[in-house]
Amino acid sequence: MRVSLFITCLVDQLWPSVGASAVEVLRRAGCEVVFDERQTCCGQPAFNTGYRNEARRLARRFIEIFEEGGADYVVSPSGSCTAMAHHFHELFAEDERWRRRAEALAARTYEFGAFLVNVLKVEDVGASFKGRVTWHDACHGLRDLGLREEPRRLIRGVRGAEFVELPNADACCGFGGTFSVKYPEISVAILDNKIDAIEKAGVRAVVSGDASCLMQIGGRLTRNNSQVRTMHLAELLASRE
Amino acid sequence: MHQQTSETFDQNAREALADVQLRGALRNLATTFGGRRKEAIATVEDWEGLRDRARAAKDETLAHLDKYLEQFADNAERAGAQIHWGRDGAEACRIVLELIRARGASKVVKSKSMATEEIHLNHALEAEGLAPVETDLGEWIIQLAHETPSHIVVPAIHKSKRQIAELFAEKVGIEPTDDVAVLTGAARRILRRQFAEAEVGISGVNFGVAETGTILILENEGNARLTTSLPRTHIAVMGIEKVIPRFTDLDVFLKLLPRSGTGQRLTAYQSLITGTKRRPEDEGPEELHIVLMDNGRSRMLSHPVTRQSLACIRCGACLNACPVYQQVGGHAYGSVYPGPIGAVITPQLSGLKPAAQLPYASSLCGACREVCPVKIDIPELLLHLRAEVTEGTAAGTAAQHGPVKQRPLERFAFGLYARAWSSPTLYLLGARVARLLQGVVVRKGRIGKVGGLLAKLAPPLAAWTEWRDAPPLAPRTFREQWRDGQYREGN
Repeated sequence: MRVSLFITCLVDQLWPSVGASAVEVLRRAGCEVVFDERQTCCGQPAFNTGYRNEARRLARRFIEIFEEGGADYVVSPSGSCTAMAHHFHELFAEDERWRRRAEALAARTYEFGAFLVNVLKVEDVGASFKGRVTWHDACHGLRDLGLREEPRRLIRGVRGAEFVELPNADACCGFGGTFSVKYPEISVAILDNKIDAIEKAGVRAVVSGDASCLMQIGGRLTRNNSQVRTMHLAELLASRE
Repeated sequence: MHQQTSETFDQNAREALADVQLRGALRNLATTFGGRRKEAIATVEDWEGLRDRARAAKDETLAHLDKYLEQFADNAERAGAQIHWGRDGAEACRIVLELIRARGASKVVKSKSMATEEIHLNHALEAEGLAPVETDLGEWIIQLAHETPSHIVVPAIHKSKRQIAELFAEKVGIEPTDDVAVLTGAARRILRRQFAEAEVGISGVNFGVAETGTILILENEGNARLTTSLPRTHIAVMGIEKVIPRFTDLDVFLKLLPRSGTGQRLTAYQSLITGTKRRPEDEGPEELHIVLMDNGRSRMLSHPVTRQSLACIRCGACLNACPVYQQVGGHAYGSVYPGPIGAVITPQLSGLKPAAQLPYASSLCGACREVCPVKIDIPELLLHLRAEVTEGTAAGTAAQHGPVKQRPLERFAFGLYARAWSSPTLYLLGARVARLLQGVVVRKGRIGKVGGLLAKLAPPLAAWTEWRDAPPLAPRTFREQWRDGQYREGN
């Protein structure tokens, strides 16, 4: 099975190790992984701020690039960016040809964890990790893509990892894209509920499926000199400790 | 404190976040109402199916709103009600005022109604020398305090028990006490007297049934029952979107609304009112006037995306579920409709210009959509309104008050982003330049608080790092690593 990796700009620029982990796990699960170096961004920042023309420009480009290459699936280590690919058709309400192309691409575009569980039917990828971990549901993965059980099953499949559920696992971390810098005080006030719960859980790592949430949560954890680290789901699943 | 309007949302929010008392009052909102809602919806067999049926009923109504409104008006008139049409808030207020004047009435009681809050009816009546008395406990509290509601269902949610005790001591003249029974007892005593003397009762409407001309009012205190039955004249103010086709549709909405709003299986009172009393010995008012109010609703109806705003049944579930509302409360929105639904309705009612901040006052987490009993896609509406803000268009929303103030810097930044990130070369060039520059701010593997000139040059970076560290750009991007052959099979 041929999988085209949609790396997302955050992972590309900030945490290439997440991409490395995703490649490793997908290969271990038997996939052939390809990466098209022309890809940049899905356009979500523009779309979510109201700049639809700018978003449309990047969406068209994205669709063209991922239509080529003959991959069976497009897989991304981000629920939010995957959800954006699923929203592309809204940008082409008055352009049937592009809308169809957007829909066809969305139908084979998957978030990393959902692809493992729902397409490859894999829950144990042979990972191991020492210590307690918890999970933060990134909103777009949870509510736009409906992913709740998939990541939890994968985490439970990690040898040595003790999974604890946060009481507010499905509550927003306050990131919200440009919201985090337009209203930083509100963003951080929301975030602190999440941070409190993570600290109370007494975990070694908080895991999530989106680099953006991990940037928000991790940025506050390190500012507070917390001992808890952030981990992307792909990193946990690539772990062999 | 400054005058809180939608235009000053950012400032209002900062003040709210610094208000320890308010944060305390809001702290239990999510757990209390959210928890009760979860328990209550578990008592229904097919919650998702109910939501679909409710939305289908609303969609059907909105697709043929003219037909159902006429049917409602005809049947209500046949039952003895008198129908009035108010194009906007001012006209609706004038109709109510004239009805009161024509009856030579001076004693007016009111039950809780968001429609009358929306058009500031009390202000309009007070300006003409009348003194309408709110009889819902929460509404009465905020009327005594000269405030506005901060929640659609629980208007005084922002007030602590102690503040209410102090308010009652000052305004009603009872001894300060934190005994809730004493406080509510005082309210009951005073309000009963108002009911006994009232000549006109003003209410809102939860649902108007087209096939029978019946109006339904839901409440828990019995004050709406008294408002609509004791005075000789009952005036009901009803938004035109409140009509539903059939009596049996109430089955669905009565299961959804109390569970979503307060986590009750059913409210304590459901008053179904069809026309006036038939015989002299019957109970109830002699006159029933229903004011059907548009006030911007047909404009919402005209666009396929904004139309769903009119499906709202004002349950307040989206407020309770919203992480932003939970932090800043209702007053920060500067509108009688706060929270997620307020952020989409307010710009459509008041015009986008004075409320241009509200569509951005959301992390787009989607918790509102998840709890909405009629499945309104609030994030979709927020995005639609954001696009209207940046494009300066106003399809479906009010263009009054002039075009929205443009943000040239933001526009430039997104234009540059779309152009540069359409080219892999420019994208990589940008990444390399940023790597060279970031040495100025990276310390011990992270970017701490950025101040001084840099904060002025890059406001988003300053806003981020005020309370959070930022991660540095990786030495090499994933694509560079890939190009280097780092991920060749077997490596």
